[in-house]
Amino acid sequence: MDKPSDWLYTEKVKEHFMHPRNILMDESGFSADGKGVIGNIKCGDEMALWIKVDKQKGVITDCKWKTYGCASAIASTSVLSELAIGKTLEAAYKLSSQDIAKALGGLPEHKIHCSVLGDKALRAAIDDYYTRNGMLEKVKAEKEHIICQCLGITDTEIENAVLEGARNYYQLQERTKIGTVCGKCKEKSIDLLEKYKTKYFNRV
Amino acid sequence: MKTSSKEYKVYLDHNATTPIHPEVKKTLITAMDVFGNPSSLHQFGRDARKLVEDSREKTASFINASPEEIIFVGSGSEANNTVINLFACCGSRSCDVLSPGSDRPKIITTRIEHPCVLESSACLTEKGSKVKYVGVDRYGKVDLDELRESVSGHTGLVSVMTANNEIGTIQDIKKICALVHEKGAFFHTDAVQAVGKIPVDVKDLGVDYLSFSAHKIYGPKGIGALYVRKGAPFCPFIHGGHQERGRRAGTENTLGIIGLGRAIELRGKEMSSESKRLSLLKKRLRYGIEKNIPDIYFNGHPSDSLPGTLNVSFMGAEGEAVLLYLDMEGIAVSTGSACASGSLDPSHVLMATGISQEQAHGSIRMSMGRDTSEKDVDYVIEKLSFVIKRVREISTVSSGGKRG
Repeated sequence: MDKPSDWLYTEKVKEHFMHPRNILMDESGFSADGKGVIGNIKCGDEMALWIKVDKQKGVITDCKWKTYGCASAIASTSVLSELAIGKTLEAAYKLSSQDIAKALGGLPEHKIHCSVLGDKALRAAIDDYYTRNGMLEKVKAEKEHIICQCLGITDTEIENAVLEGARNYYQLQERTKIGTVCGKCKEKSIDLLEKYKTKYFNRV
Repeated sequence: MKTSSKEYKVYLDHNATTPIHPEVKKTLITAMDVFGNPSSLHQFGRDARKLVEDSREKTASFINASPEEIIFVGSGSEANNTVINLFACCGSRSCDVLSPGSDRPKIITTRIEHPCVLESSACLTEKGSKVKYVGVDRYGKVDLDELRESVSGHTGLVSVMTANNEIGTIQDIKKICALVHEKGAFFHTDAVQAVGKIPVDVKDLGVDYLSFSAHKIYGPKGIGALYVRKGAPFCPFIHGGHQERGRRAGTENTLGIIGLGRAIELRGKEMSSESKRLSLLKKRLRYGIEKNIPDIYFNGHPSDSLPGTLNVSFMGAEGEAVLLYLDMEGIAVSTGSACASGSLDPSHVLMATGISQEQAHGSIRMSMGRDTSEKDVDYVIEKLSFVIKRVREISTVSSGGKRG
């Protein structure tokens, strides 16, 4: 992380929080080529992201957003919109929550998992663009399985959380926020948690 | 949003802590030179002892207790832990009533207590105690029917807070205490938010134990007090010293104790007039918010509430973002949003009142105090209207967000 300021997060987060870039203020006046929404107000974070695409070059020419969420949620969506503009669809698809945190000069670990949802919203928007343009073979969302419907958390994320050290359901929740809205996915995610624990660490 | 923090500051977080009263500050500066250990027999020790005992008398008389019923402790949390942990006592010190092995192994508390009560209770379940958490209604009032049904011959201790820190709701402690005593159980109240803000008389309430703290009432931090009724079972939480009549080991926090005594003394003079003033300010704040900001809900009880505490939920605006934008405007508040607490869930108090998660995430607590003016309130109304409008504009809610 950057040198800590007297503020809660880095100066870069503060900058983006105070002056968010690329907010979509007039939805009807913006004809997007793709839209992605992720999260849920119930859990405290929801993001919507709209992209415009240069179809010849396959490059994102504009990226607008809206966010319901805390300061790091607002700042991370703002910085993501800057990262996305000018990138090819392929490159933009690869942007991760870690890339966003890095661009902000660092975020506390628990904030990365709970407030940085923008990269998922961007992938959803890109998939939406592919779907609208009949490029279904490029849609990647289906390769993963969404386990937590409320927050759009996939089996891959559970796998990553286990690899990063989650060993029980609470630790999994701390890292992914899974099951914190309706909780219906608890049983399924515990099954997966155990599966990945066994797979990688051979312990039950 | 403004880029620089403004000069004008409004502190509306008095339930978190308060600024030191100027008179308390003066007393503390003088008292700093009294360095003797109150346990020492020489003049230095006796000087310190005198100040400690003066303070004990002031503190006791403010809540209508006897001086020997007051134990000075390190904080409100320590006072609460001390009482709950009577259950974990070895039984060697007259607390055979309150132990996991007794025929009264049950603790009853509520869903809206401070974490220091909830977590120390939960901890005891691992040692054989049983804990029951009683619910509250939408205003945060303890469900008396559920409480009545829960208390039985197997209940050792019931702990219900006098006033809630987040929503300000005041409980009917006298009634609750009578109900508990009828079943032969002991009663404790966490009065950290009540003592010095509303009248508290331990004899009138009939409580066995009562906790409070200095820094919520313009005194220093790191000092609290526990009232233990003469004859109520007791066992120290911190063992190994004769201080506080063997009830709390460790050299006395002389300066803290003196500060508490002085703060309490000043409360005696200022509380009643300040309470009236704060009630009017709260009305002004409430009315201003209602008039200027749509789509809001007030949390807590409309009348049985701390005079300076107002808790409001702004739909479609997340609390931490609101708090930090207000902070840029020089206004200090707190929120029940999960983001701000660093946990996964929003405020357990607000959720216990049955409101939606969105309401809890969008909750802002404003707690006023002796330094709050009408001008402050008007400034807050103006800035709050601006901030909420702004946060809602960038929120997904303005384009039909998902709410479930």
